[in-house]
Amino acid sequence: MKKLLIALLFSFVSTGAYADGHSPCGVTDGSIKILANEFTTYRIFMDEVKSCAGDGADFSVTHSVDHNKLQVAALSANPAEFSAKLVTNGSITTLMNDNLIRPLDDLVAKYGSALQDNQKIVIDGKIYAIAFMANAQHLWYRESILNDLGIAVPSTYEEVIAAAEKIKASGKMANPYAGAFKSGWNLGQEFVNMYLGHGGDFFKAGTAEVSVNNDKGVAALNMLKRLTEVSNPDFLTQDTNAVKEEWESGNVALMHVWNSGAASLLDDEGDQMIKADTRLANSPTVGGGSKPATTLWWDGFGIATNTSDANAEASFRALLGAATSTEMANANPNATIWLIDGYTPGDTAGPVVDAANRGATPYPSLPYMALLHGALSTELVEFLQGNESAEKALADVEAAYVAKATEQGFL
Amino acid sequence: MPHKTFFWFFFPSGLAMLLFIGLPIISSFFQSLHIEPEQILMEVEKCDPFGCKTETKVDIEATTKLQEEQPLGRFNGLGTYGDRNHLAFEEIKEAWSNSSSIGEFTDILLNLPFYKALLFTLTFCFAVTPPVVILGFIVALSINTITKSLKGPTIFGVILPMIVTPLIGSLVLFWMIDAKGILGATIQYLFDDPNLSLKSSSQLTWITLIIYGIWHNTPFAFVVFYAALQTVPQDPIEAAIIDGASRYDRVRHIVIPHLYPVATFIILICLMDNFRVLEPIIGFAAEGVAQSLSWMIYNDLRSENKMLFGSAGATSMLTIIGVAFLLTPVLIRTWREFRTER
Repeated sequence: MKKLLIALLFSFVSTGAYADGHSPCGVTDGSIKILANEFTTYRIFMDEVKSCAGDGADFSVTHSVDHNKLQVAALSANPAEFSAKLVTNGSITTLMNDNLIRPLDDLVAKYGSALQDNQKIVIDGKIYAIAFMANAQHLWYRESILNDLGIAVPSTYEEVIAAAEKIKASGKMANPYAGAFKSGWNLGQEFVNMYLGHGGDFFKAGTAEVSVNNDKGVAALNMLKRLTEVSNPDFLTQDTNAVKEEWESGNVALMHVWNSGAASLLDDEGDQMIKADTRLANSPTVGGGSKPATTLWWDGFGIATNTSDANAEASFRALLGAATSTEMANANPNATIWLIDGYTPGDTAGPVVDAANRGATPYPSLPYMALLHGALSTELVEFLQGNESAEKALADVEAAYVAKATEQGFL
Repeated sequence: MPHKTFFWFFFPSGLAMLLFIGLPIISSFFQSLHIEPEQILMEVEKCDPFGCKTETKVDIEATTKLQEEQPLGRFNGLGTYGDRNHLAFEEIKEAWSNSSSIGEFTDILLNLPFYKALLFTLTFCFAVTPPVVILGFIVALSINTITKSLKGPTIFGVILPMIVTPLIGSLVLFWMIDAKGILGATIQYLFDDPNLSLKSSSQLTWITLIIYGIWHNTPFAFVVFYAALQTVPQDPIEAAIIDGASRYDRVRHIVIPHLYPVATFIILICLMDNFRVLEPIIGFAAEGVAQSLSWMIYNDLRSENKMLFGSAGATSMLTIIGVAFLLTPVLIRTWREFRTER
């Protein structure tokens, strides 16, 4: 027993000795704790951050699809549970509202010479986040199936539905379309895409007063309804990752998911026949509009306000190392569209560039947008199940938003 | 027991209850009377990879100052209790005067988040509790009669559903009832309908959740009944056997009356437990069609914006009142029995 104890103690000591390793990014100590969403591109990015941090720092990363729901509670604590958070134009506003991420100007001046200007997210003259990738949802299709049935690649949602119905009628697939319709954030996002595609505005200009209960909202909902009718009947339980699994199982011929999905859909795992048959297409327009019905996103990182300056600096340097790593970007050109200097886009970048060129709207960075997104997440379900009219569903969304925004002090 | 001894005996647990149950309830109540201070908005220039534009943002300095002045937030009285996301007095009044029939009024009422959640919570409570008590009793009776060598493993097997964490248990079942899972595929085969999916309609989801609830709760009823069965006096049973009473008669006239107080206890605990149903809703990804009061609290505290403490506090208070209402009949009954026994 005594020997065992000594051996155990010894092993602790020896790991301690090994910990004094080398860090390519010059991080020597401090604690780097990162909260991030869960998808393959982020994993690639985090591997780079980890190798950049080296052994000197206490490094950990938490990947969670619920990151948006965790972030406020986790970063409000002092000291915060995480020293850094991967943010997007959607999630940064919530953190900004509560002053939970710090300005990075000093750190950028000290270490950020390799950054490109468009990586700096500047709000009111201060840098609050560093972006490293751009993302958007767009159409994906199975080439052989469309070719067999003589279907042209759809460029509008009306054509998507016609194509899906044709595939269904041919008996090749029972539910040829898939989108992330899981009740919650995903469902809200589908509405946001479709409503913007119809040219809608979420709020009366310059105010927090919501206005979605209009013709465009109704048209957007009806289009979502028609899409769900050619989707798996379990659509309300399928998030983006579940949709990608459906795709890799060969159950789906058309889907509207994130460009960064290429990192897992086009990798060497899974059915290579399906991979070889997978094609990316531009995001469709809807209702005769000219803008594609999708939103543009940037992904980046912010550093917690409630963490020590030493931890903030260590986290910043490690994350910056990855956010300026040309090698990582060029080694994974199809994982996403990197915003990193020296990156040569791969062949999957087209649909995002196209969306930007055709004037797709960036996801609205408004302080009260998350409240509306939350209301959309829960109040649209009954309409999609056929238990409620579109007007009623949108009236419910507005009422739920007003109650929440009043409690939050926006109205 | 003399009063003094009882006091010192009870004091530690009483203190713990006050500290860890009483105070948090009072704190939640105070929080439910407040809402967030006003958010001061300002227009600023924002630049990101897609270009620069003027956008609205919260004026952090001004808002933080307001927050420091009122750390609890603005006093709102019972306003949060009456808003649309809770008791919705305004909406109900309007619905009452505008709807032409009771059916239409009920439709509007059950479309409001709180009443929708209440309907599911109560349905779940009253659909799960009776089968749990009956099944638990039957299982306990059957296990009581099997041979000793088999008892141990059987008991272990029976209490397994209770050992599995509710979230994990429901996730496992969620994948099993998937259209391609073993249960889902079997059901499709049995009903000869390739499009049948337990996750697609509200009714089927509700039924799935209720069956899960019964599966998860029965072991608890079984354990309590089984323990109580060991205390059934043997003399009257032997006398009944001599008198030629059948097994059914013995159970009906001796065992059941003996276990009656235990059944009350189980009903009490089951109602209380099931009123707080949350994990299966998350596990089965059923948020869209089945919301419970606890899920509302969870959702308020995990919303993507600032946590809605006031709203969560109000729902918590209403849940406590709900539990009190639910338990009153059972408690009154227990109290009467207690009095007559004395």
